[in-house]
Amino acid sequence: MSSSFSIIVGPQHPALKEPESFKFTVDGENVVKAEVRIGYAHKGIEKLAETKNYIQNIPLMERICGICNVAHTICYCQNVEYLYEKEIPRRAEYIRVVIEELNRIHSHLLWIGVLGHEVGFDTLFMYLWRDREVVMDLIELLTGNRVSTALMTIGGVRRDITSEIAQKLRKGMDILEERTRYYKKVVTDERSLLQRAVGVGRLTPAEAIKHSAVGPTLRASGIRSDVRSDDPYAAHDEIPFNVITHGSCDMFGRVVVRVDETIEAINQVRYCLDQMPDGPIRTRLPNTPPRGESVSRVEAPRGEDIHYVKSNGTDKPERYKVRAPTLGNLSALVEMLTSKEDYQVHIADIPVVLAGIDPCMCCMDRTARFVEPSREKEWIWTWEQLKKYTERM
Amino acid sequence: MSMTPEVYRNLFKKRATILYPFKERELVPVPKGLRGKLAFNLERCIGCSMCFRSCPSETVEMIDDETKKRPKRPIFYLDRCTFCAQCEEVCPTRAIEMTLNFELAGFDRKQTLLK
Repeated sequence: MSSSFSIIVGPQHPALKEPESFKFTVDGENVVKAEVRIGYAHKGIEKLAETKNYIQNIPLMERICGICNVAHTICYCQNVEYLYEKEIPRRAEYIRVVIEELNRIHSHLLWIGVLGHEVGFDTLFMYLWRDREVVMDLIELLTGNRVSTALMTIGGVRRDITSEIAQKLRKGMDILEERTRYYKKVVTDERSLLQRAVGVGRLTPAEAIKHSAVGPTLRASGIRSDVRSDDPYAAHDEIPFNVITHGSCDMFGRVVVRVDETIEAINQVRYCLDQMPDGPIRTRLPNTPPRGESVSRVEAPRGEDIHYVKSNGTDKPERYKVRAPTLGNLSALVEMLTSKEDYQVHIADIPVVLAGIDPCMCCMDRTARFVEPSREKEWIWTWEQLKKYTERM
Repeated sequence: MSMTPEVYRNLFKKRATILYPFKERELVPVPKGLRGKLAFNLERCIGCSMCFRSCPSETVEMIDDETKKRPKRPIFYLDRCTFCAQCEEVCPTRAIEMTLNFELAGFDRKQTLLK
């Protein structure tokens, strides 16, 4: 008789903040199999994008993900700019990099704090979230809002970095660098964190490639891959930076990669502020892009973000498709949560490993089609059914 | 991770919180470029509908102008506003401006209508 049984976590679960369902088959304390079922959070953003014009879609794209809103808006705006086949001013590209890297700093600091919370080390969480306020204030100063930046527009950016703001940014970067270096020391020395991170959530380089992991998860498996260096966009072709990798292939590597990336991002912001050329910050483009298709890629804090647009020559896109980074990491997550001969996953490690990919389930969720071969059941919501359901609400 | 230096530093610091909203309202840090509640100046409006066409959240509605000075005029349902400042940017006569006012909570949804 087998002693294994299943634990179902989600879609509504006190420990899981987003609606996603996981089924873990456990044998004693070990997780022998993990299954993930997605499709619970259907926001309808892609469909909504088809009903709005290109300018109205910018704030909509920002709302795909609150934390990496800059990555999504850069991706959207440069995607539409590719349709026009027009270059935007160099200064605008530098400002895009500044705000993108500020966003990365904020996202990574947030994640390290969340990890501290997940491993039961709440002091780290409190420290980090306090220091994160420095970068939040800088984002607010530069854009007019803490989180939703609304800085991007098609053809450039909407606000300039004045010398006064640049000075404050430099000062803020000095504080953040000092604090981040301190956290680097903490995460590499602190025993209570190391015990929960070293050897947990293993993902070998071969597995990472097989499951097409993206972002810090991939780089923590020792693979050098970053859209900013592989396919430079905005001003990344001019701004020097190191692609951070780590060979430990576990949670510890993911923490170190993110801390080092934060320091790299701080250096990139400094470089941008020093080397930023003068000139206009946007070019005016007509409201309707020419007919065509385009794909754009951006390195979001969580990994590679891909947008696709199809234009039919009107002021609204005919089709818009978003591949958020978490979708790329989900398959790798299942691999990390499955015990093997030389690697055991314990039930207590599940939240830590889950947090390790920096999941943003609601960004990546689309409507899903469910096929249950055992019951010969196949079911999907049709457009009419959805409409009827909405009216009833 | 030694917490002692942090504890001592915090002992001699000013308190971090303020007694908002009953006292010390002026201490709330508001940056110069904050995108707060929008203000509308009807005198300047020429009824071009640019704000209506660029608003992502259907905050702006164009209605007939009673004074007949312009073909149509906008009204703003601020409960739908996402504070993206797109309307402020496209307005050719600067009739719409984002103020620094961030205190928008209220009990009645109708009060958020801006004419």
